[in-house]
Amino acid sequence: MNAADTAFILLCAALVMFMTAPGLALFYAGLVRSKNVLGTMMQSFVMLGVASITWAVIGYSLSFGPDIAGLIGGLDFAFLKGVGMDTVNSPAGNLPHLLFMIFQCMFAVITPALITGAFAERMKFSAFLLFSCLWIIVVYAPMCHWVWGGGWMAKMGALDFAGGAVVHMSSGAAALAACLALGKRRGYGKDPFIPHNLPMCILGAAILWFGWFGFNAGSALAANGLAANAFVTTHMATAAAVLGWLLVEKMHAGRPTTLGAASGAVAGLVAITPAAGFVTPMAAMAIGLLGGMICYGGVLLKGKLGYDDSLDVVGIHGLGGTWGALATGIFASLGAKGLFTGNPGQVWIQFVSVIATWAFCFIASYVLFKIVDNVVGLRVSQEDETRGLDLSQHSETGYQW
Amino acid sequence: MKKVEIIVRPFKLDEVKSALSAIGVKGMTASEVKGFGRQGGHKEVYRGAEYQVDFLPKVKIEVVVEDDLVPEVVDTARKTAATGQVGDGKIFVIPVDEVVRIRTGETGEQAV
Repeated sequence: MNAADTAFILLCAALVMFMTAPGLALFYAGLVRSKNVLGTMMQSFVMLGVASITWAVIGYSLSFGPDIAGLIGGLDFAFLKGVGMDTVNSPAGNLPHLLFMIFQCMFAVITPALITGAFAERMKFSAFLLFSCLWIIVVYAPMCHWVWGGGWMAKMGALDFAGGAVVHMSSGAAALAACLALGKRRGYGKDPFIPHNLPMCILGAAILWFGWFGFNAGSALAANGLAANAFVTTHMATAAAVLGWLLVEKMHAGRPTTLGAASGAVAGLVAITPAAGFVTPMAAMAIGLLGGMICYGGVLLKGKLGYDDSLDVVGIHGLGGTWGALATGIFASLGAKGLFTGNPGQVWIQFVSVIATWAFCFIASYVLFKIVDNVVGLRVSQEDETRGLDLSQHSETGYQW
Repeated sequence: MKKVEIIVRPFKLDEVKSALSAIGVKGMTASEVKGFGRQGGHKEVYRGAEYQVDFLPKVKIEVVVEDDLVPEVVDTARKTAATGQVGDGKIFVIPVDEVVRIRTGETGEQAV
């Protein structure tokens, strides 16, 4: 066990917790209409409860238990049995097993919370809880095992430093399934769905940026140069993505917007996530700049294709994660070789991981949505949707005057 | 007695208030309102998607005055609130049947 590493990852775990609430909760809540502000924040906040418990009971074991055929982990660590203060069985030999578990727990918390942006303003709270719980077990845990738990994607040589596939493509694919399973919000395309509090969004995006240092640098699983590299690439990619988004936005819509800056930041954070430990800071800038531009296009895509991805999870996390995964294969030069360092085969491996992730996560999520729809029903009633989630699901309102 | 409702651009509120006070108007009620007329609305853009916003913010000032003060109030308000651009607002004059001061129970012009 290494004391410096332990101290560093303890703090990183707390940083990643901070991304879900308040970070993501504020980012999403500012984008919805005021009648849904609490319902939207709740969908992030309550994941700290539901996903954490699911993770400790079974999710962690399915992800990091002894490998079964490269597909899933065994149940040895269910209920955290054998997950202790020492490094026995810890996937990171320098960290207490409990610490590795809780750091990974925070990833399992934020990933289903990311999906909530796709079905914002129209999903039943009960259905959302049931779906999220099942999703961690059926979709997240296998993905996590394939990539980080010694599963087939890791064996194939796919590179995913901090969760481009596990966190962002998986939530993006689930988001697309959500849009198709739930349908559009009432009034979509007719009524203006204007974000009710952009300062809240900007604050949330800045907190996400802050927490993401724990997410990416912490994924080095040690307090070392690799963590420093991931920290710097994360920051530089995000910086470039803000500018990339604003540039395209200025050319397309006429003005650079604050929401554009915030969205560009998130796009850059997503894009650099799989690459953070494998690329140099200059490559990170290229990944971020293009990431910001690509995700702007991704957001416009929903209008063309006609699905209602309320808060653009597909456009930003799905496309950003996909670009990041491919970019890792193109730009990798640290601890792995990519296209530019003479290993074009890596791009193919990344491509296979992208297709497999999208296909598995989309299909499995869609099936889960259909099951939940049959058990409790996915959508709130028309009347409840019009009244808003705050009143209809929680008997509260966000603002008094 | 008449009630004069004056709908103006929000930034004109202070000027109109001062001008009306100067000609002897002793009280008024102001509210933030939204509406549209010939000015129409404006466009807002969020993540590349354009929305037409029809209702624009305005301020509505309500004053109740004796009949013979009405022309001066209307004239003063109009001159102060005008910028010459479309969207300066409207003034409505409405008859008032009765006024009651809640504290004392006084009625009529004494209560204004």
